[in-house]
Amino acid sequence: MAKRLFMFEKPLGMRDTLPFLYEMKKQVRSVMAEEIERWGYEFIETPTLEYYETVGAASAIADHRLFKLLDQQGHTLVLRPDMTAPIARVAASRLYEDGNPLRLAYNANVFRAQQREGGRPAEFEQIGVELIGDGTVAADAEVISLMAALLKRVGLGRFSVAIGHIGYVNALFLEILGNEERASVLRRFLYEKNYVGYREHVKSLPLSSIDQKRLLDLLSLRGGREAIEAAKALASSGEGQQAADEVASLFAALETYGVAEAVKLDMALVSHMSYYTGILFEVYAEQVGFPIGNGGRYDELLAKFSRPAPATGFGLRIDRLIEAVGETDVREEIECIVFSQERLAEAVELAEAKRAEGRRVVLQHIAGIRDIDAYSQRYRSIVYLLGRSGREGQ
Amino acid sequence: MLTIAMPKGRIFDEAVELLRRADYALPPEFAESRKLVIDVTEEQMRFILAKPMDVVTYVEHGVADLGIAGKDVLMEEERNVYELLDLRISRCHLAVAGLPGVKMNEIAPRVATKYPNIASTYFREQGEQVEIIRLNGSIELAPLIGLADRIVDIVSTGRTLKENGLVELERIAEVTSRLIANPASYRLNSGEIERLVDRLAAVIPER
Repeated sequence: MAKRLFMFEKPLGMRDTLPFLYEMKKQVRSVMAEEIERWGYEFIETPTLEYYETVGAASAIADHRLFKLLDQQGHTLVLRPDMTAPIARVAASRLYEDGNPLRLAYNANVFRAQQREGGRPAEFEQIGVELIGDGTVAADAEVISLMAALLKRVGLGRFSVAIGHIGYVNALFLEILGNEERASVLRRFLYEKNYVGYREHVKSLPLSSIDQKRLLDLLSLRGGREAIEAAKALASSGEGQQAADEVASLFAALETYGVAEAVKLDMALVSHMSYYTGILFEVYAEQVGFPIGNGGRYDELLAKFSRPAPATGFGLRIDRLIEAVGETDVREEIECIVFSQERLAEAVELAEAKRAEGRRVVLQHIAGIRDIDAYSQRYRSIVYLLGRSGREGQ
Repeated sequence: MLTIAMPKGRIFDEAVELLRRADYALPPEFAESRKLVIDVTEEQMRFILAKPMDVVTYVEHGVADLGIAGKDVLMEEERNVYELLDLRISRCHLAVAGLPGVKMNEIAPRVATKYPNIASTYFREQGEQVEIIRLNGSIELAPLIGLADRIVDIVSTGRTLKENGLVELERIAEVTSRLIANPASYRLNSGEIERLVDRLAAVIPER
């Protein structure tokens, strides 16, 4: 047969998941889902397609990374680029009724177009939670601790959660620079991780040397308790002080949860230009150069669906998590029963008995096999039920 | 152990000299070696030698914790890495150049460059519509044989331009080498990386 165009190809960034990887994903996913449920979160599902106008625009993902298409009426749709915006939509319309905290979880594929190095996944699975309607630091501490608990449950050795507070950064910038426009220039340097550019820009600003030093000192507010104290000393506005206090009480709570050793403060952390409103975090693991998950407080998102409410949450990328955990053969062994027509009843009975014990059993008619040697090598355990009298072999 | 991606060529010698000034005991035959991976056990460091354009890729993917890369490469590649320190070595600048007195072709304006992203962004920002032609080297050749009216390239002394009868027309950006870090390494090896940053910062030449 002639090879047709695209016969073996997939759209850019799309991948098949073959049995070996599927089993690993399933294992990691089920361990985490179980833990999330134990913390009292309830899983929900939302559609793959959403309206661009609402969910697409409310999402934290940049416009050029959205997959867009048109429905039959000409409305622009997006393949959901994250789960937070759809959950905010559901919560605002259906679930968040009495204003009390709502704990929701998800496990779904999200879609983000890739521009560089074509093979990077453009569709990947995320698992995460959203805690809606609770503006307390206790809520921030809970989601970070839950995330750490999940990482420990899946057997991740070393990981590090970098924690920042965008409210602190904004307050510091505003009190020193005076207006949002100038603050946004500096914030972009932090967002782009360009500390060299940040320092140069600060030095070029018409500020007192004391204020310049305060802006430069922001970059060194990293680490543990001392950094929090230093952050408190650096900010003088009420908002800045309050943000530093929030970070302090967050760290105290994380100690109580027993996850303090995995977290590090980084006050210069800016994960997004405008999405987050308070405490935010990114999580990194050894062996993987990219963040395996991130999250934070997004108190302004629900308002976009006419139901203002504070909220926080996180999302973990299952593909990167598996890379970090490393290759483990978690496949349960599959057994095989090869039978001939006259022993069908016996074969079915044996298979049912084994399946009832929870074992995985293939039932294969001998006539369907082309190469018995190659076939038998696939299974470590094969039972042959062949011939009338039962020449049974293992 | 920290893995550092070093750019082969122009920047390499100056970077090695800077590391030595920061008291890193690099073996004397370091620069002459043809190896691509060099372990310096006494310093707990591993160096990998890569093409300058590839340093950012190694660092972004985390196979190198740190790297030394020119600002030109960082601007061109826009990778997700931390730019920690301006090493102030290998100073040069990105510029638009062309033959003296030759105007941009109005029907089919073309610009040849090793830096298609930078060139395209620059001309778009100026409101000029130009076709960008990507070349991998000897960019100066393009205007001489009529491939393009302008080139975008790095200029250090200006000698190459001069020898080929070209003149610098516009300056796009200043370029020096930067110390960059992978975001995950920056979190997981923060202590080691901070020490290296401090030691280097102390010996960086004044501007």
